Amino acid sequence: MKVTVCIGSSCHLKGSRQVVEGLQSLIAAHNLKDKIDLGGKFCMGNCQNGVSVTVDDQLFSVSPETVESFFQNEIITRL
Amino acid sequence: MAKTEKRFDTKVQELKYKVLREVARIAYQSDNGFDMAMSFNDVAKVIVGPKPTMRCCIYKERAIVGERIKMACGGDKNNPNVIEVIDIACDECPASGYQVSQDCRGCIAHRCEEACSRDAIYFDENQKAHIDKSKCVNCGACAKVCPYSAISNYKRPCEKACKVKAISMREDESHAAHINNDKCISCGACEYMCPFGAIVDKSFILKVVDMLKKSDNNKNYKVYAVVAPSISSQFRYAKLGQVISAIKEIGFFSVVEAALGADLVAYKEAQELAEKGFLTSSCCPAFVDYIKKTVPKMAEHISSNLSPMAAIAEYIKQQDPTAKVVFIGPCTAKKKEIQDERVAPLVDSVLTFEELQALIDSRDIDLQSLPEDVLDNASYFGRIFARSGGLADAVRESIAEQGLECEYNPISCDGIEECRMALLKASKGVLKENFIEGMACVGGCIGGAGCLTHEANKDKNEVDKYGKEALEKKITDAIRVLN
Repeated sequence: MKVTVCIGSSCHLKGSRQVVEGLQSLIAAHNLKDKIDLGGKFCMGNCQNGVSVTVDDQLFSVSPETVESFFQNEIITRL
Repeated sequence: MAKTEKRFDTKVQELKYKVLREVARIAYQSDNGFDMAMSFNDVAKVIVGPKPTMRCCIYKERAIVGERIKMACGGDKNNPNVIEVIDIACDECPASGYQVSQDCRGCIAHRCEEACSRDAIYFDENQKAHIDKSKCVNCGACAKVCPYSAISNYKRPCEKACKVKAISMREDESHAAHINNDKCISCGACEYMCPFGAIVDKSFILKVVDMLKKSDNNKNYKVYAVVAPSISSQFRYAKLGQVISAIKEIGFFSVVEAALGADLVAYKEAQELAEKGFLTSSCCPAFVDYIKKTVPKMAEHISSNLSPMAAIAEYIKQQDPTAKVVFIGPCTAKKKEIQDERVAPLVDSVLTFEELQALIDSRDIDLQSLPEDVLDNASYFGRIFARSGGLADAVRESIAEQGLECEYNPISCDGIEECRMALLKASKGVLKENFIEGMACVGGCIGGAGCLTHEANKDKNEVDKYGKEALEKKITDAIRVLN
C-alpha cells in the first residue's frame, strides 16, 4: 500500500512533519514496514484542506491530532 | 517617504534584464517561441532610443542588443562554458598594463630602467620615464622599484575580478577579453564587474518558458521550482511570500526550498566526514570545478554528496518521475553544474534571480499586489547554507544530532582566494583543519553573480532572519520524511 503525505510548504506549516512522525511510529508499532510504502510529495493541489494524505491515490485530510484515528480507519481497514 | 528599495546594483544588470524580459515576453506570446529574425526589432526598440545613451551611435547599440539576444537564447552552442564575452561590447576598455603616471618625478636614479630586463623604459627631455609598449611584457619589475610608486598596473575590471586568472586579452586587433575555459569556474565574478556588460552568462530562459507552456498548466507534467535560500536577501521591494506567489503565477506547480536539500546534504556529509576523516564540501559548483581544474590532486577528497539543488531534485523526481525541475538561484556556475552527468537527469534548467525578475515582469505581474504564499520545509541550518560559514555550522549540528564520533575542525573559505589557500595547504598536508567549506563567491551564495543586489552585511542578516523563521529547528526533523 502506498501512503503519501504532502510535504509542500502549506501542509508543512499545518503539521505534515508531525503527521509523518505519527505514521512512522504507528507503522513501526504495528510491524507494517513491509506492507506500507510511506512517502512524501511536494504539493497535491489541495492546500486549503491540508495536511493532504493519499492512500493508494485516494485523498484525505489529516491533522496531527487525527493521525491515529486516520491510521485505524483508513489504513488498517484496507490492509 | 522611505527610499524605495533598488531593484539592481547596476545599470548593466538592468540592461541584461530588459533584453531577457522582452525575449521572454515574445516567447510567451508567440506560438513558435522566439525567432531572432522576426523579433529583433521588437526587442531593440525597447532598449535603444532615438539617441545613443550607451555607445557611440545607435547602430552599435543595436548590434550589441543583437548579441545580447543571442545570449538570452542560449549563446554559442559550441562553447561548453556558460560565461561568454560579447566581443563587440568589449572594445571600449583600455588595457594598457603598466603605465607611468604623473607622479614620476623625473629622478636621476632610474631604478626602473635598471630593473627592466626588456629595455622598455625610456626617458623624455624632462627625465620622466615612459614605457615602450612594444617591448614591455608587463612583468611589473619597474613598478616594484619606483620610490614614488609612480608606475601602476592598469588592469581591466574583468581581469582584476577573475581570481582564477582565466581572463586574458586577445592578441588580435580587437583586444577583447578572452576566457580560458580550462581555468574558468563560471562563477560570474567578471560578468558582475564588467562596466560595459560585455561578459554575460548564457540564459536558458527560453527553455523554461517552453517547458512551462508545454506543461499546459501542469497538466501534462508538473514543473517544480527549487529556490535557493539566498532568495531571502533578494527582491527587497516585495515580500518573500509574494515572490513565491509570482513563481506559481508564472506557471510553476510548486516551489520547494533548495535548503531542504541542504539539510539532506548536511546529514550525509557528517556521516561521510566521520567515515573518511577529511573532506571538502561539494555544494558550490565553482569550488568543485576549481579543485578539478587547478588542484586535481585534492579531487578525491571532494564529498561524494550531490549539491543541495541536485539532492532535492532527485527526491522530487523519485516521487514524481515525469516532473521537471528548474533551479532558481544566485549562481551562474549552477548552469554549468547541470551539464554534469550525475546532475543532468535531475535538474532540467537553471534560472538566476535576474532571470526570474525578467520572467515575472515579462508576464506583467505586479509582485507587490500579490497575496503572500508560504515557503517552508527546511531547517534553520539548511537555510543558512546561503552564506559563508553556514555549511560548516550545519555539519557541526548534524554530527551532534546523530551523535557521531568524529573530530570536527572546519575552515570556512569565503571566496575562491581563501579556497585556494586552504586547498594548497591541504595538498601539502599542512592544513590543520579537517573539513573545507568552499564558497567561490565572497560572502557565500548571497555574493553570487546572479543576485539582483549585493549588500554583504544586510544580505547575511536577511538569510539568518529567514533561517530563524524556519518551523523546523533540527536537521533530522526537516528531513524526516525524506529518509
